[in-house]
Amino acid sequence: MAVPGTPIDAPPPGIARLRRHEWLSVLSRAVRTRRGTVGLSLMALVVAIAVVGPFIAPNSPTEFVTAPFSGPAPGTPLGGDALGRDVLSRVLAGGWLILLMAAAATLFGVGAGAAAGISAAYLRGWADALIMRSVDVVLAFPSLVFALLLVSIIGPKLWLIVLAVGFSHAPQVARVLRSSTLDISERDFVKAVELQGVKPRLIMAREILPSLITPLTVEAGLRLTYSIIIVAGLSFLGFGQPPPAPNWGLMINENRIGLQLNPWGVVVPAALIAVLTIGTNTFSDAVARVALGVGRQAEEITPLEGHVLVAPR
Amino acid sequence: MMVGAAHALRPQPARLVVENLRIVVAGTSTDVVDEVSFTVRAGEVLGLVGESGSGKTTVALALLGYHRRGLAVGGGRVMLDGSDLLAMSAEELQGVRGAMVSYVPQDPGSALNPALPVGLQLGEILGAHQDPGVSRDADRVTEVLAEAQLDATREFLRRYPHQLSGGQQQRVAIAMAFACRPRLIVLDEPTTGLDVTTQRHVLETIRSLCRSYGVAAVYVSHDLAVIGQLAQQVAVMYAGRVVELGPTETIFGAPAHPYTRALLRAVPSPERSEVLEGIEGQAPRPGRRPTGCFFAPRCPDVLPICRESPPPFVPLLAGAHLVRCVRAEEPVTRSVIARTVPASDPPTSLSSGTLEVRDLSARYGPAPVLYEIDLRVGPEQCVAIVGESGSGKTTLARCVVGLHDNWTGNVDFCGEPLACGARRRTKGSLQRIQYVFQNPYTSLNPRKTVGQIIDQPLEHFSHFSPIERERRVVAELEDVSLSSDFLGRYPDQLSGGERQRVALARALVVEPELLVCDEVTSALDVSVQAIIVELLRRLQRERNLAMLFITHNLALVRSIAQTVVVLSAGKVVEQGPVEEVLERPRETYTIRLLEDIPKLAETRTNGGRWR
Repeated sequence: MAVPGTPIDAPPPGIARLRRHEWLSVLSRAVRTRRGTVGLSLMALVVAIAVVGPFIAPNSPTEFVTAPFSGPAPGTPLGGDALGRDVLSRVLAGGWLILLMAAAATLFGVGAGAAAGISAAYLRGWADALIMRSVDVVLAFPSLVFALLLVSIIGPKLWLIVLAVGFSHAPQVARVLRSSTLDISERDFVKAVELQGVKPRLIMAREILPSLITPLTVEAGLRLTYSIIIVAGLSFLGFGQPPPAPNWGLMINENRIGLQLNPWGVVVPAALIAVLTIGTNTFSDAVARVALGVGRQAEEITPLEGHVLVAPR
Repeated sequence: MMVGAAHALRPQPARLVVENLRIVVAGTSTDVVDEVSFTVRAGEVLGLVGESGSGKTTVALALLGYHRRGLAVGGGRVMLDGSDLLAMSAEELQGVRGAMVSYVPQDPGSALNPALPVGLQLGEILGAHQDPGVSRDADRVTEVLAEAQLDATREFLRRYPHQLSGGQQQRVAIAMAFACRPRLIVLDEPTTGLDVTTQRHVLETIRSLCRSYGVAAVYVSHDLAVIGQLAQQVAVMYAGRVVELGPTETIFGAPAHPYTRALLRAVPSPERSEVLEGIEGQAPRPGRRPTGCFFAPRCPDVLPICRESPPPFVPLLAGAHLVRCVRAEEPVTRSVIARTVPASDPPTSLSSGTLEVRDLSARYGPAPVLYEIDLRVGPEQCVAIVGESGSGKTTLARCVVGLHDNWTGNVDFCGEPLACGARRRTKGSLQRIQYVFQNPYTSLNPRKTVGQIIDQPLEHFSHFSPIERERRVVAELEDVSLSSDFLGRYPDQLSGGERQRVALARALVVEPELLVCDEVTSALDVSVQAIIVELLRRLQRERNLAMLFITHNLALVRSIAQTVVVLSAGKVVEQGPVEEVLERPRETYTIRLLEDIPKLAETRTNGGRWR
């Protein structure tokens, strides 16, 4: 709110470029930073392997082609796994589902968290109290243990894992988005629409959400990293695809007993997961830096999670 | 230099000499400010006037050897008692700042450290520039505060900045600036945001301190009336250049540059009901300035030669008055029109659109803000609500439109009572009362185009087809003097005045009966303010609108309203027809308020002195 009589200087012209597809602009500028280029290249490498891999695998991932834990040989460049299947083929075929599940979990988690956070901040009152206290309760559970519990009750259903992982993200996302929304919902352009009696649902979707694109982009990148780790970790623990299927997490578990005989069966999937998470993390870090550095966007991002638990009414 | 003032008898040496100051965008040859030269003598105040973006703050900061990030000094000298501040090293500057030059910022609330008591902060500045041997005694702090008319009780010194009022904060900042007896003090709009009464006291303090200690002062402001009362010399800046420089009474009494004349015409006066003339267009930004005179595109008296080469300084009054205009020496016969308009009578026609407020009391949480307000806005009538900050005038407006819902009493519109909050009002009553926000920089969604912004209420309130809606949006844009080119633009591509017009169009497109304008011009420059006020006046007449015009600027009231309500501390102090209240105020509060407004007319008659 301006002090009466203060002429407010128009924002400098440089900022005007950031506007419409602001998140696109943030992403494209993030790519141009060194951090962003490295992150995106790492991500692209692993994603390419996971997506193209199933089509170029020399052998069927479930076919027994060599002796268990045999070393690299002409037909099997990375050797055989615990049951004598081709490690290379299993690596090539075993990534896409992890990526898909991680992406779906992220989408669900960020979507649910954003909906909860925005509603809590905009509606205030009892809705705020209800949503944020539920968030506190969810946060009080160790999320991975919670996911394991669900899976062990209902069985290793893939959709259940996606939901459980997504659900574990929602509280953090809700807190970040709530604090961003608190600021935006007090702005005059939101008040102007409220004065017309427009329904809160529409105000949140049409007026507030577009202003939250930047924190949402940053948050999604961060959550994707966590999702990959958790999904791969659950597979390692056996809560994922059932055994005959090729899966990086599962492969590490199956082949770790033969680590000294044929290390490739463990090292390659582990390295791919590591490269992927480092890539997504580096890239989302670059996005966050770009987004924070553009001045006007800085106020829309609140890197401190949940520092406002109860806002004064 | 200053005519008629007592100390002109003993000419003072030039304290500050600025020569051809040039500030550029770092790494380029694009100048932000160029060819700025002026001289300030000891004890003298130079007023640096300009609209936002004119470069006045850039010049002010350069006087401290400072420039904002992204800018660089491109040349020139800032000589303080013979030594060039721009040539100094960082260590030398550190010694000079605070001790020899000091700065009073616009917002003292953010300049004082919120975590330290004011006494400690004052002690720090004294300690920083004293010889280690000299003890930092409390007497000195007391003395410094007394000069700024603050009573340095033990209790006061222990207070934190947030426990002081805005006026007190600004006095502490002024006391800090004067504490080390600097030779030059730079004040950047220090009274903006203060009430007129506080402003007057602060200005008096600054003036007497400069006098008594022979401090040269540069006072930056967009408020011509304030400059007129304080400064002996005025430099008018436009697009990074000083366009006119001279003694205050000459600048205000016989301005020779068309820009200065236009600025003065845009200032509303509480004494007359006038047509305000704004200046259409915008000042060119750095890097996009024309080859000739920078003001040529907006100048009413432009000649072909103006567009060819930058005009030279034309010396008038034996060099005491410099004007950057080729027509400076011509007698002023141009662009003089009769400006006084008769205040329009409230129309008698009976149509809908009567707002009646009875016994309205509002509170923020437990704190009462408004007490038993009664007021009436007749059809096609403009009622102005005037008050200082904190008087509750904005709360009153927000109660009427439904943004503030914690109130009791009756607000009837067209005979029907209105519910407290906007959510509980009918669609019809929401449509018939429209609200225009104070700050056009926050009231437009930055992610939407102008077309979407204006269409949004139309889509909500009407059942028109998209084609019909677009036709109406374009018609509305034209009515607020914007072309249909604006449809696809985003708010940050618009100037402040254009934004406020879009906000007006958004309010008017649904054909309301009552328009509530909350300080709609306070975020705008005076030349733009004049345009918006004239636009409002025309639209009100054409559309038979009832209008509630909230403002802190009594002078504006005269130009737009028929009835005025003076609000103080949540109570109606006085209300009546504008002429009567402004010319024959009955209440002491109104009288004081009227007296404390800095007025241009006084400058001319008093030659820049206090009454």
